[in-house]
Amino acid sequence: MSENKQPVRPPMGGPMRGPRGGPPGARPGEKAKDFSGTMKKLLKYIRSYIPVMLVVFVFAIFSTIFATVGPKILGKATDIISKFAIENMVTHNAVMDFAGIRDIMLFLITLYLISAALGYVQSYIMAGVSQKISYRLRKDIIAKIEKLPLKYFDTKSHGDVLSRVTNDVDTVSQTLNQSLSQIITSFVTLVGVLIMMISIDLSMTAVGIISLPVSFFFVTLIVKKSQKYFKQQQRSLANVNGHVEEMYSGHTVMKAFNGEERSIEKFTVYNDALYEAGWKSQFLSGLMMPIMKFIGNLGYVAISVLGGFLAIKGTVSIGNVQAFLQYIRQLDQPVNQVAMVMNILQSTAAAAERVFEFLEEPEEVPESTTPLLPEKLNGAVEFKNVHFGYKPEKIIINDFSANIKPGQKIAIVGPTGAGKTTIVKLLMRFYELNGGSILIDGVDIKDMKRSDLRHIFGMVLQDTWLYNGTIMENIRYGRLDATDEEVINAAKSAHADHFIRTLPDGYNLMLNEEAGNVSQGQKQLLTIARAILADPQILILDEATSSVDTRTEVLIQKAMANLMKGRTSFIIAHRLSTIRDADMILVMNNGDIVEQGSHEDLLKANGFYAKLYNSQFESNE
Amino acid sequence: MHKLLRYLNKKQIFSCIAVIVLLFIQANGELALPDYMSKIVSEGIGQNNLDNIYKYGAIMLLISLMITACAIMVGFLAARTAAQLSRTLRIKIFSKVESFSNTEFDKFSTASLITRSTNDIQQIQMFFVMLLRMIFFAPVMGAGGIVRAITKSREMPQMTVIIIIGVITLLVMLFTLLKLTIPKFKIIQKLIDRLNLVTREQLTGLMVIRAFNTEAHERERFDDANTVLTNNNLSVFRTMALMHPIMSLIMNGVSVAVIWVGAYLISDVTDLANVMAFMQYAMHIIMSFLFISMAFMQWPRASVSTERIREIIETEIIVKDPENPVSSEDFGKTGVIEFKNVCFKYTGADEYTLENISFTAKPGETTAFIGSTGSGKSTLINLVPRFYDVSEGSITIDGIDIRNVTQKDLRNIIGYIPQKGILFTGDINSNLKYSDENAQNEDILKAAEVAQALDFIEKMPDKLNSEIAQGGSNVSGGQKQRLSIARALVKKPQIYIFDDSFSTLDFKTDAKLRKALKEYTQNATVLIVAQRINTIMNAEQIVVLDEGKVVGIGTHKQLLKECEVYRDIALSQLSKEELQ
Repeated sequence: MSENKQPVRPPMGGPMRGPRGGPPGARPGEKAKDFSGTMKKLLKYIRSYIPVMLVVFVFAIFSTIFATVGPKILGKATDIISKFAIENMVTHNAVMDFAGIRDIMLFLITLYLISAALGYVQSYIMAGVSQKISYRLRKDIIAKIEKLPLKYFDTKSHGDVLSRVTNDVDTVSQTLNQSLSQIITSFVTLVGVLIMMISIDLSMTAVGIISLPVSFFFVTLIVKKSQKYFKQQQRSLANVNGHVEEMYSGHTVMKAFNGEERSIEKFTVYNDALYEAGWKSQFLSGLMMPIMKFIGNLGYVAISVLGGFLAIKGTVSIGNVQAFLQYIRQLDQPVNQVAMVMNILQSTAAAAERVFEFLEEPEEVPESTTPLLPEKLNGAVEFKNVHFGYKPEKIIINDFSANIKPGQKIAIVGPTGAGKTTIVKLLMRFYELNGGSILIDGVDIKDMKRSDLRHIFGMVLQDTWLYNGTIMENIRYGRLDATDEEVINAAKSAHADHFIRTLPDGYNLMLNEEAGNVSQGQKQLLTIARAILADPQILILDEATSSVDTRTEVLIQKAMANLMKGRTSFIIAHRLSTIRDADMILVMNNGDIVEQGSHEDLLKANGFYAKLYNSQFESNE
Repeated sequence: MHKLLRYLNKKQIFSCIAVIVLLFIQANGELALPDYMSKIVSEGIGQNNLDNIYKYGAIMLLISLMITACAIMVGFLAARTAAQLSRTLRIKIFSKVESFSNTEFDKFSTASLITRSTNDIQQIQMFFVMLLRMIFFAPVMGAGGIVRAITKSREMPQMTVIIIIGVITLLVMLFTLLKLTIPKFKIIQKLIDRLNLVTREQLTGLMVIRAFNTEAHERERFDDANTVLTNNNLSVFRTMALMHPIMSLIMNGVSVAVIWVGAYLISDVTDLANVMAFMQYAMHIIMSFLFISMAFMQWPRASVSTERIREIIETEIIVKDPENPVSSEDFGKTGVIEFKNVCFKYTGADEYTLENISFTAKPGETTAFIGSTGSGKSTLINLVPRFYDVSEGSITIDGIDIRNVTQKDLRNIIGYIPQKGILFTGDINSNLKYSDENAQNEDILKAAEVAQALDFIEKMPDKLNSEIAQGGSNVSGGQKQRLSIARALVKKPQIYIFDDSFSTLDFKTDAKLRKALKEYTQNATVLIVAQRINTIMNAEQIVVLDEGKVVGIGTHKQLLKECEVYRDIALSQLSKEELQ
């Protein structure tokens, strides 16, 4: 559920990052552990685009230069006008140099047009590069999921992986799209403006750039201060969201125990904390704009005064004062941006680091280079001195051996939490053994290709997994090349055909998220149909029919019996009738196989199984 | 959006008005700066007067200070008011959802309710800040700029024309860009959801995917989603790439036009100073329109969020407390539950889920419900705590219709155990005490013992104080279930409702638990929904349901003889000998 509400930022804004409130980046204050290392890895993804990006940089530089010289040239026109105006005040018959002005203006317009065109081409290309890179990052992450051992997911939540695919990749792509060219543009603007300013007047420049370190200092200070509250806000937000999620998921329990007031009380506490941190962080980061503006205005005023003074003295022309005032206005933007971009780069590195961390996780043990396959598949399974533990330091299955003949029915029983699914996971090589081997028809499963091995099995798990597709597609999942007719036949054998036909679109009904439009029992039927369609040599049924409609269950059991005929089957059983019919019972407790044998043998042995079995009828006698 | 204003109190509305006033001062200050700059040119440089330059410089400094003070106050008020609004909305929505009965809850999905209570409110808060700081500011600035421009250019009306042309070009451009991209943004949002969905499916289906060797198929499915998203992103980004160059072009174009046209109109230095001031106004005006348009890019999202929040707030709750509730001391003392011709239909459904259900459940007895999936057994017991209300007929407890007492009084006498063990963040102790805050330690231990939870609790390092993570994710399914049974037992209610609470337990635990439970709940009325015959074969009364109707009531032995549906179920689970 938590995955549903990933805060997804829309790709807003284009290169206009200008006026925005909070410091950027999804996770404030986050820093990569290894900034340069991560950037190097990111560079690998960018590598093939480097020539294109060089072009982009050249374009960005020229676009900025053209835009930067603009005011100075415009100032020249102003000078012509002011010369005329001053002369005209004295002589009243001065002549304006209209041709000169026209030439300047036409030149300027051309400059601005080229600058805009270059700017556009540059953003256009960068959009392509950043999108292609994020496409590849996402693709690599998904491909990686496939290659990771199941073990990895025992410790990592789905939400964690999911946020790497979406949020983190998104952060990286935004940075590539905007910040990279922004760094260039800002830098060039900064240098360009400075050069232009110096070319006008040194003393004015000196006054003008005093504001630079001041604003830089304030920006960093505010960013730093507000980070604290942003973190607090993030924490309170997590509390609020956590409580909401919990109470909504447990709504009936909350209602049943009259928990409304308590729940709202708790919520109020979290909500108030969020309010406090929320407005403070918002206010602090919002301080940036007015303060920057004030410093900018200070420079503006200082230049107006100094410029006026110098103009009277005749050392600087009015046009140049005007140009200078425009430059001063341009100056605080790039400073602002550089400070922001630094921050963005930090959070980007952190996001990229998470992505690469995932991509570098150790993968499944590589396939055997000379894969084997049993000559004839009969379904004989042999466990030879199997040792296994989910953690190597904690072996739970110690030296398990068993010989299963083709067509036998194996029941796995034990109390809840005894680890009954472990054997299944080992058989299909979802996990690697810590010792010993498992042989199918004499071939070690380690010597087979995983896909070949898994082809031998058909599996119906307790938690049904269906995906967002039609019922037809979901059943076909068992064998992707099956025809519609085969799918329908499988559904018929699983006694699912009838209910499917009563659904609004029949086989074409789209199963929605979490497949809420069919009942749990019906989902079970669909997964059974899927396994039937796969037509495997060995069956694995994991408490498969526990929530199927009790009456159809009779029919399913018949279908299952048919399906199991001639096939080796492993059944994680809860039903006594199944257990008693089994050729072999594996009794599990605390992860280990404590007993094995037939029902009668085990009863005679009077061990764990016998106790388990008898407890079942204690209260019935 | 204006509907949001209803949730502001007087103080907050006052803050908003204060913000507007402050913004007005700020805008005027900013527009005054170029005026004084132009005075420096005309009265300072033009008249060779240094004193004037210093004088106007000092005034400009003061104005700058004032602008900054205003802006900081606006920031303060805006941040606070927006945060207050979102706090109010959040608590309103949360309380509302907490008061929902299952009928309303079913209407929205849990996931959607969560998003509405969290993300949607964040969206609104962000938009509100922007509304106060930028959207309000822009028109003030724009209007002020235009007024000044017109007064300044009384002798030069051409200047006003330039501004108008500039603004119109800007608006047309922006409008076209937004028109092109906003629908795409909506599509992209859907595509991101789709990508998330596919990824989540791959993660939850890891085993199945590997078992069926469908990795390639999955890769393709993801690639489809990934490609479509990339292409859409690309087209939006590339359209948006036009924005910046066009904006600079318009701004620069206006400056050029002002000076160029100005050249033909100027006769002295004062004119020149006016033209220079004019250029600055033009910048301010254009910038203000730019801000508006950028703020409006957030508009569609905020408006959708508001709509979704309104839906919750305006949802009418069907299960209501009576106006004059009966408050009888005797209610629930004995705990005789009687269903009289109860029919139930889900809102919007055509057919009845339950039809004409009548039976009496007596204290000291267990009444069990069995039937196939979809037979309505869970629905039936959900009617007792009024998670839903009956459509026809009535349910009485000790002779009093449950709709005539408050929900609180009703639920006070019921111990409910859900199908899935649901625990809350805290520790084991706080979870077990959830049903009765004043429970004594020995009661808690006793309940845990009966629920077969004591063994594993004792094994935990912190025993009863062991932490429970959100959603109980750090204990196993079976443990959760046993804890949730213990929770209901702590309360010692007169009525117990077990909604299929045993099926995740294995036979051994199930058997032990039922034995202990029988003693513990001696005088209580116990309702049990079950899948397994063993769970209920000793019940004093078994109600067999089929397609929402009662097809048999009796003991295990009677039903085996008389009820075919029951016999079918029983035979599917046990062998003949075991049934005897």
